[in-house]
Parts: sequence; C-alpha cells; structure tokens
Amino acid sequence: MPIQYYIYLCLALFSIGVTGVLTRRNAIVVFMCIELMLNAVNLLLVAFSKMFHGLALASDATTTVGIEGQVFVFFIMVVAAAEVSVGLAIIVMMYRNTHSVDINFLNRLKN
Amino acid sequence: MSILQILFFALSAFAIVSAIMVLISKNPIHSVLWLILVFFAISGHYILLNAQFLAIVNIIVYAGAIMVLFLFVIMLINIKKDSEPQKQFLVKLLGVLAGGSFLTLLVALIKQTAQIEGRQLLMKDGVIGLIHPLGKVLFTDYVIPFEISSVLFLSAMVGAVIIGKK
Repeated sequence: MPIQYYIYLCLALFSIGVTGVLTRRNAIVVFMCIELMLNAVNLLLVAFSKMFHGLALASDATTTVGIEGQVFVFFIMVVAAAEVSVGLAIIVMMYRNTHSVDINFLNRLKN
Repeated sequence: MSILQILFFALSAFAIVSAIMVLISKNPIHSVLWLILVFFAISGHYILLNAQFLAIVNIIVYAGAIMVLFLFVIMLINIKKDSEPQKQFLVKLLGVLAGGSFLTLLVALIKQTAQIEGRQLLMKDGVIGLIHPLGKVLFTDYVIPFEISSVLFLSAMVGAVIIGKK
C-alpha cells in the first residue's frame, strides 16, 4: 500500500476537523473536532512508523525501528485523555456561569 | 484489487463520511455517536497496519472512556436542539472554504514531495505493533515519560475536581 493513500486520508480527516472548529459554535462539538484532528495525526504516525519499519526490516529481521511512532501515539492518547477531563470540566463550569455552551460568550474572557 | 485495498478504501470512506456527519449533525448527541464510528474506523485501520495494541487502546480509551465522558456532559447540561446557536451562513461558508483550501494546499504539497515517492507501507508483517515489543520499549527507553504521564493524569484529575467543585 503506498504511503500516499494514508497521507491523503489523514489530511482529509484533519481538514474536516479544522472545518468543524471554524464552523460550529457549540463548544462540545468544537472539542470533538479537536479529538478528530488528534486521531488523524495518530493514524499518520502509525503509518509512518510502519513505513520506516518496512525499510529497516529488509536488512535486519529482528529490528524494532519505527516503534517510537507507536509509543508517541500512546502518549498522545494519554495527553488527550487528560485534556478531555480538564476541558469538559471547564465547559461544565462555563455552562453553570452563562447557561450556554456557545463559544461566542467566551470571546471577551471576562464577565 | 487485493482484499487489503478493498478493506482500506471501505474503512477510509466510512471514516470520512462519519467525520462529515459529525460536522453536519445538529444534535450534539448524534455528533458523539458519529465520532465513535470514526474511532472504530480508525481502529480498523490500526488492525490493518498490525498495530493491535493501539487498536484496542483506541477503542477502550477513545470510544469507551472519552466519548462516554462527552455523552455524560451533554446529558448533564441538557442542550436543547433548537436552542443551539448557529453561525451565520457567511461565516460557515468561509469556514468550509478555509478548511478546503487548507486541504488543497497540503495535498498539493504532498504531491510534489520527492521523499515519499514510491514508498510502500508494510501492512501485516512486522511485530512492532504487538504488546510485547511495545511494552519492552515503553518500560525501558520511555519509562521516565511514562511515569511523568501518570503525574499528568493525577494533576488533570485534581484540576478537574477543583474546577468542578466551584
């Protein structure tokens, strides 16, 4: 499978995420689009990890070249989970103050 | 066309359609359900790439934990479908235009990159996606980041509780 296929798929998913952040006003949906972008990047990291692993495997049968990409994906998932827990707490707090999850209420950062 | 390619294109189409449905659903709960489908499609891609550990972790952590948290918050704050504010049509159009130009730019960039020309992806061979090699690397070379991430989780938990208590 050529690497270009995976790059185009991930670019499409990432751009859909960017479009969602730009067009939606619901803070929770914006947050979900950020998760979508993180997942597109994760998939691309795994694809590149397999690409470099394939290159190294041709000369050495026991190599683990490229495993760092998958470890990074694991850490990205860890950070995303922490980010979601804090972010959703902030959204709930914002809803308590303004009774809305409209991001346009946040554009002044006070009142 | 091999079975691998058929599976790849089917999963890709599934992922992209579900991702678009996340955007155009009016109801946030439907958005969450479509996003779960995107995550399942991406897990399918991980399985195609023989990254079995990440496939399972993706389902457990993303589809299982994070999305349930999203659903929980949406149901907690009780958003009404028709009270959700919509952006003006012009702003939406500009957003779609900006996203589309971003995609076009990156695709054009990838098309003329010589380094990835003709590079093939290893699909089902290779053991680096299995638990044993990943765990070995994680607990030897990356043990300090691993422990620091546990501190990150602790601080995120404390932060979420403090923010939520106010």
